[in-house]
Amino acid sequence: MTAHTNVPSPPRLFEARRKIFPKAVSGPFRRFKWAVMGITLLIYYVTPWLRWDRGPYAPHQAVLVDLEHRRFYMFAIEIWPHEFYYVAGLLVMAAIGLFLVTSAVGRAWCGYACPQTVWTDLFQQVERLIEGDRNAQIRLARAPWSAGKIAKRVAKHVSWIAIGIATGGAWIFYFADAPTLARALFNGNAAPIAYATVAILTATTYILGGLMREQVCQFMCPWPRIQAAMMDERSLTVTYKFWRGEPRSHGTKRAQARVPVEPVRPVPSLARLADDPSLLAGPGDCIDCGACVAVCPTGIDIREGPQIGCITCGLCIDACDDMMVKIARPTKLIGYTTELDARAEQAGRPAQPPLRRLLRPRMIAYLAIWSLVGLTMLFALGARTRLDLSVLQNRNPLWVRLSDGDIRNTYQVKIRNMEARPREVEVSLAGIQGLLWDEHGSRATAGHSLRLRVEPDKVAKVQLFVAALADGPPRTDISFSVRALDREGGGDTDHSFFERPETPQ
Amino acid sequence: MAENKRIDPKTGTSTVGHEWDGIEELDTPMPRWWLWTFYATILFSIGYCIAYPAWPLIDRATAGALGWTSHGQLESELSAERARRADLVRALAGMPIEELPAHPDLLAAAEQGGRSAFKVHCAACHGAGAAGSRGYPNLNDDDWLWGGSLTAIEQTLRHGIRQPGDDATRQSLMPSFGRDGILKSEQIDDVVSFVRVVSRQERPSAASRRGAALFATNCAACHGPGGEGKRDLGAPRLSDGIWLYGGDRTSLTDTVTNAHAGMMPAWADKLDPVTIKMLAAYVHSLGGGEAAQPRLAPAPVRR
Repeated sequence: MTAHTNVPSPPRLFEARRKIFPKAVSGPFRRFKWAVMGITLLIYYVTPWLRWDRGPYAPHQAVLVDLEHRRFYMFAIEIWPHEFYYVAGLLVMAAIGLFLVTSAVGRAWCGYACPQTVWTDLFQQVERLIEGDRNAQIRLARAPWSAGKIAKRVAKHVSWIAIGIATGGAWIFYFADAPTLARALFNGNAAPIAYATVAILTATTYILGGLMREQVCQFMCPWPRIQAAMMDERSLTVTYKFWRGEPRSHGTKRAQARVPVEPVRPVPSLARLADDPSLLAGPGDCIDCGACVAVCPTGIDIREGPQIGCITCGLCIDACDDMMVKIARPTKLIGYTTELDARAEQAGRPAQPPLRRLLRPRMIAYLAIWSLVGLTMLFALGARTRLDLSVLQNRNPLWVRLSDGDIRNTYQVKIRNMEARPREVEVSLAGIQGLLWDEHGSRATAGHSLRLRVEPDKVAKVQLFVAALADGPPRTDISFSVRALDREGGGDTDHSFFERPETPQ
Repeated sequence: MAENKRIDPKTGTSTVGHEWDGIEELDTPMPRWWLWTFYATILFSIGYCIAYPAWPLIDRATAGALGWTSHGQLESELSAERARRADLVRALAGMPIEELPAHPDLLAAAEQGGRSAFKVHCAACHGAGAAGSRGYPNLNDDDWLWGGSLTAIEQTLRHGIRQPGDDATRQSLMPSFGRDGILKSEQIDDVVSFVRVVSRQERPSAASRRGAALFATNCAACHGPGGEGKRDLGAPRLSDGIWLYGGDRTSLTDTVTNAHAGMMPAWADKLDPVTIKMLAAYVHSLGGGEAAQPRLAPAPVRR
């Protein structure tokens, strides 16, 4: 029992998060990121407010996911639930497109366009506006609680939550008529689900963009792992050119570093360098200023080589180039390079031309699959019928004997009018000498076809009766056809059976 | 055993003190978050016991602070459903059934309601698909003993057929021609022959010609001279292809000898008028429904 006293506290089950204070940076990649952020946010906020005239029977919102009526509108395209494979096709295209982008330009999606990146970037900018840049933030974090610190912290979190509300608030406009919902939302009489959705998205935006940030990319998102399998030696990655930068120089060595050196010097490998630093004649270009680490939004050191935490946003390139200019060294000590080009540069060979790199078989295969899916969907979209028929025979009872000895079968018929206008259609019967009528008619008025009016964007459900002579096989294959009577025409056919008793009487 | 506990040098964690063939087990403590979750579930269970019925007693359970019961929840859900259908029920209650076809939405709703009610109240005899069986009419066909209009079906539903104690019930009785000695056995054979000729199952014969005379004196009063039936009396049409008790010789002989007097309960005192209307609309929609006939009595004053 004495053993207990010797038990030390158990080891920590996880590594605590090191808080990251990314420094502001300026440069071409930063400007590009601002532009991408502006465009993506603009698309996100403006899309639900675009109008699209669809006539009197359909909503006028250009992009609308109408869950209540089970319709999905996207400009000129309207998708019904049974056409959901178009959405599946879009998802396949998105996945293949991501593969394509990854093998062409690496994790460009992660670095620029991913909502997690865009919103984190926005949240960090707000943080800088309120608390100041990196150093001020670190000071504030270390400072004891004071009125000023509390005020800044409250301002920051309130701003973040406001962004979260704006994010969640815009999201719900995709699911209902935006102007109507906006009015209802502010008057407090929108559906509870609308407020709940806003609340949930506010919470996720605040937590993911404000509190969790790079942890989402590193621990939650599957994409970096998939990406590791997608990258090859021709994929662009942000690379620290250690053969130029090593060994790093500090303080007094800087004077030495100003001595012009050949920008391209063959270096055996980082491993051999580590074993024998004397392999290099003089100090490298890296002055170990730490600018690349300070600006990194995921808090990594790019000089450790390619790693899963790198979202290839290029901010370290901007920071390093800035420093290289200041110390009069060639820029792009950190830059976008493929592994193949890196090896070529070390060996003093010219880099592969970009077009040849892009036109490799893998890229062509991805592009072919992506285009094939897209073209197939376009073709299907162009050729799809907007009038469709499905017939279900009543199975209980299979047949009914009528007073004059004839046999009647009953069918549940659904006619889908997917156009946004009412249509006159004709339903006809083939495969049997029989008469056709519906609930509003009778056997006396029955004929070989039936005219119906189908409301716009609706499914007409009708019960059809078919009567035929009792003499005949127990089961006859028949078919129902629907034909539009307007100028556009079009139609559909469905098969069913006509059943009779085994014995005529 | 516990004396064998030791600190594992690699992990710094104590072992549990067991050893099997050199394999020991580390006494790794629970993760803290797991423990907190566990304590939270204990707290939750205490809160649950206070808020909801939890502890069984002899004849009931503890009530719970919130006063929730499954019966209460059912009742509130049912009343919400009743409130949802209130408009429909009010509209149906105030409308004579023959006016229903002029209101397609109401008619469709009534048919849907009738479809559900049919499965509960009618399917036991008439079958889930309303196809009936021997002695229980098929409601899908176009042959009606007492009439197939909406009003006639509603009347049958409300007052039943041969329902004792209901003055307005459908009432008729076929004599048991054989059992009561009205007709002799060979006379019954002749009548059956005639009926089978009328329904085009046999060719005319000497027997059927003898039966024709017997039919005219004994049966035509109710079934009509040509066997066309009479709905006022619920007398089936004998000249068609539909037989409630069978159209073969044996069945017909049995029917003429012993007679049948099927019974259907009156539903007016079991179901509310709206449900009965719904049932009538549903049965009418099955394919054999007849057009409404003008009502002889003045329409009831609408509220």
